[in-house]
Amino acid sequence: MATVTMTVNGASVSGDVEGRTLLVQFLRESLKLTGTHVGCDTSQCGACLVHVNGEAVKSCTMLALEADGAEVATIEGEASDDGTLSVVQQAFQDHHGLQCGFCTPGMVMSATALLKENPKPTEAEIREYLEGNICRCTGYHNIVKAILAASGQEVPAVAAE
Amino acid sequence: MYNFDFVKAGSVADAVAALKEEDAQALGGGQTLIPTLKQRLAMPTTLVSLTSIPELVGINAAGDTVTMGGATTHAAVAKGVADAYPALAALAGGIGDPAVRNRGTVGGSLANNDPSACYPAAALASGATIITDKREIAADDYFQGMFATALDEGEIITGVKFPIPEVANYQKFIQPASRFALVGVFVAKFADGFRVAVTGASEDGVFRWTEAEEALDKDFRTDALMDLDILPDNMIGDIHGTKAYRAHLVKVMTGRAIAALL
Repeated sequence: MATVTMTVNGASVSGDVEGRTLLVQFLRESLKLTGTHVGCDTSQCGACLVHVNGEAVKSCTMLALEADGAEVATIEGEASDDGTLSVVQQAFQDHHGLQCGFCTPGMVMSATALLKENPKPTEAEIREYLEGNICRCTGYHNIVKAILAASGQEVPAVAAE
Repeated sequence: MYNFDFVKAGSVADAVAALKEEDAQALGGGQTLIPTLKQRLAMPTTLVSLTSIPELVGINAAGDTVTMGGATTHAAVAKGVADAYPALAALAGGIGDPAVRNRGTVGGSLANNDPSACYPAAALASGATIITDKREIAADDYFQGMFATALDEGEIITGVKFPIPEVANYQKFIQPASRFALVGVFVAKFADGFRVAVTGASEDGVFRWTEAEEALDKDFRTDALMDLDILPDNMIGDIHGTKAYRAHLVKVMTGRAIAALL
């Protein structure tokens, strides 16, 4: 066992982990931050997406010890303390960007990372950026609309192909 | 995943020392190695993480060469060489997905030498030099077949030096589930001639299609490859595509790269 220390959603945390402990296991099992999901466990689906030092990362494909000393942001840190949703979260709600909700934490974190890098993405850029986030319910349509709305752009009634 | 000890190396010397342990293994961004460990296809006793070694990270474009540290991520390459070597930037920006590109490294990709990875094609077509903790290896000598390289046990890729071609283009036919190249072709035109490297296709890993290079040296035009055919015998045949299909794709993707250059 080794001790890992990192900042998660602004708070310093530490815990004992094995070499093989994944970042997502540390978040979910040690910190009980179960908003970050494990969908596929093979780096395909993006349900486990969090930010590490401001960059989108699949937490099922990073070791907890690799994140030692890092700043980690998860879905639990997105809303304000008073429960007000982030702009992206609110847009997902307004545009029905979710059905079962399993992929949503990863989708929101991915969208948030995209808008930080590219504040006014085109629809094509949004779809390309979401290549590593898989949703089995919505067909992506409303997710793309939500992200367009969150970026302050006009949302077409029917998004293009 | 079997358990292992984790060592975060702070310098190349630290990493080299830690890799002397029996069954120690270097860890780049882990985008291939961690999934491999999960499947219990590898059982290292110690993983030596290279990504926190400052001298292994960064890009320097000077004159007709781009040099990058071995632990530089695909995302950093996609951004960092966009002006100096746009075809290489496009290749890096097309690997995996954004989150994978934020972790995966150029050195990791070259050390693993997956037969369907993109970077080997860029390195071979550019005539790159692989820099290790011990020596410099020309790309033509470095790639030695599927998952096989000239690296010795415990040898670390510290950097890669890419000569910048006059023009270049990479065309990748994506295997949609893995986002690896079903077939990828990198065509680079240098003052002294063309270099064409093919990934994803051959049982022997990345290779130079020398007949295409000769044809292009003679006549740089879209139908330069018209009379050429690549034999399917050594191609990879699997559920994603037959040998004949991959052989066909090599010619098609090379043609698309040439068309993009003209």
